[in-house]
Amino acid sequence: MTKTRRFNPDRDVSPWSGPLRPYDLLKEVTVAFIVVAVLVVGLAVVFGSPDDKAVTIKSWSTQDAVDFATTAITELDGTSATATYGPPYNNTPDAAQKIGPISLQQLAGVRQPVNTAQDFVLGPLASIAPQNAALSSALATFNAADEATKAKWEASYEKAVAKAEFANGHLVVPPGAYGPVAVMISSLTAMAQSGALDTSMVDQAHFYGTNYTKSLLFVADGTHLETLATNQHLGGDQWGMMNETGNYPGQAWLWLYTMWYQVWPFNGPWGANADALVWALMMGLTLALILVPFIPGLRSVPRWTRVYRIIWREHYRSEGH
Amino acid sequence: MTTEQSMPLEEDAAQWTAKVRTAAARALPPEKLLPDRQPAYLSSAIYVFGALTLAALVIVIGTGCILALEGPTWWHVSSVGLFINSLHLWSVEAMFFFMVIHLWGKFFMAAWRGNRQLTWITGAVTFATSVAAAFTGYVSQTNFDSQWISTQAKDGLNATGIGAFFNVLNFGQMLMWHIVLLPLVVGLLTGLHLLMVRRRGIVPPFALDADGKVARTAEEAR
Repeated sequence: MTKTRRFNPDRDVSPWSGPLRPYDLLKEVTVAFIVVAVLVVGLAVVFGSPDDKAVTIKSWSTQDAVDFATTAITELDGTSATATYGPPYNNTPDAAQKIGPISLQQLAGVRQPVNTAQDFVLGPLASIAPQNAALSSALATFNAADEATKAKWEASYEKAVAKAEFANGHLVVPPGAYGPVAVMISSLTAMAQSGALDTSMVDQAHFYGTNYTKSLLFVADGTHLETLATNQHLGGDQWGMMNETGNYPGQAWLWLYTMWYQVWPFNGPWGANADALVWALMMGLTLALILVPFIPGLRSVPRWTRVYRIIWREHYRSEGH
Repeated sequence: MTTEQSMPLEEDAAQWTAKVRTAAARALPPEKLLPDRQPAYLSSAIYVFGALTLAALVIVIGTGCILALEGPTWWHVSSVGLFINSLHLWSVEAMFFFMVIHLWGKFFMAAWRGNRQLTWITGAVTFATSVAAAFTGYVSQTNFDSQWISTQAKDGLNATGIGAFFNVLNFGQMLMWHIVLLPLVVGLLTGLHLLMVRRRGIVPPFALDADGKVARTAEEAR
């Protein structure tokens, strides 16, 4: 004997046996298309679309040479955000975020290796050293030094560069015991300002390069990009990613994802793992949205809220309710 | 109901082709696929938002195809390109606006009732896929906005391990996802969603008992 499933108003319906009425589906879709087309053309004509030029390494180093040099030394001494990021760029210990005891970031591993010192500083400098005797000598001295000496030069320079100035086309750093590092960073800054240190150099692209991972990481390690973004209300604490340059609506549909970063505990005690935790939460919520029909309680919300009385008001009125 | 023409000859009935045609004709006979009459309860403005979403999607794909004809940086140097990009942007904004209203409308109708769970699921997955499609568009703009969004978004994706495979800083990879893979998925899911809507029909209102409360038994619901 088969068991009959009990009727559940949040899951089941009785087949409609009421009247039908003419409904021209294709006409509705055609009219909808015309209405949307007119709306979109109107919005495009009146508001257009924003297109702020990309920041290049040349524009960054020209407009804010000190920030460029400050970033460059952190790439060389391995203290920049990218150098200490962890997977997928490098194996920095304890850098990967966790969801409870599990680190998916660590499990995925280093799949886009970035050696900031070599990729952003030493490699590009080596490419121009043959044409620059002072730089060639500085690089030789640097490469021949032991790690402790290098670290000492780098630490001294990193401290001093914060007080540097850019005057008469040169980076002027207060005198100090920087060994060859001052010549190296100064040469890299000049190289960047000339446009020679741009994406193809940093990304070590082939002729047809399309992967800008390294150059974007380098630019994002500085404060120049962030300052421009913050001025455009795009900062992480300004509901960043969902906004758009200028007064455009941007990705408003990301409001829920962006919201979690603004609230406790994601902006407080969970901050160190906020990205992983927000993603886990959003994946859970997305799954719940997809599976609403099967989740008791959640699938009853429409019945409880009675919004259906507004949607089908004419139908219920015709039935005398 | 299937039309007589769609039924194969007896000796051909075992063919795969014949079986698929018969099953398709049974599931979606022409009068169900393109109906000219609908239940009387289908008279709220909320029903228009599905069609509006579809219309906006058509414009998104059309303008995207024009941008694809000229390449990813054309719109930076051409006033025509900039206008097409504006159409693309605003049709995306419109599509999400309509889609979200459509989604909430269907939620408050409990539109999954009556064996329509797959209709709901395909719609919800299409929404999630559209978010990914729009996002890859934002990071493929080749301008300041795409630089900032991609360098910010990488942290969330990297933190979950996804970033190791789906690298938002890799313009070439993001562009391919944006113009090939995700539109394909959105298109297929939208098609499936529409077929499910036509197959199951529009969900009827909650049946009410004599006191105006939602019927709790099949007998009351009749």
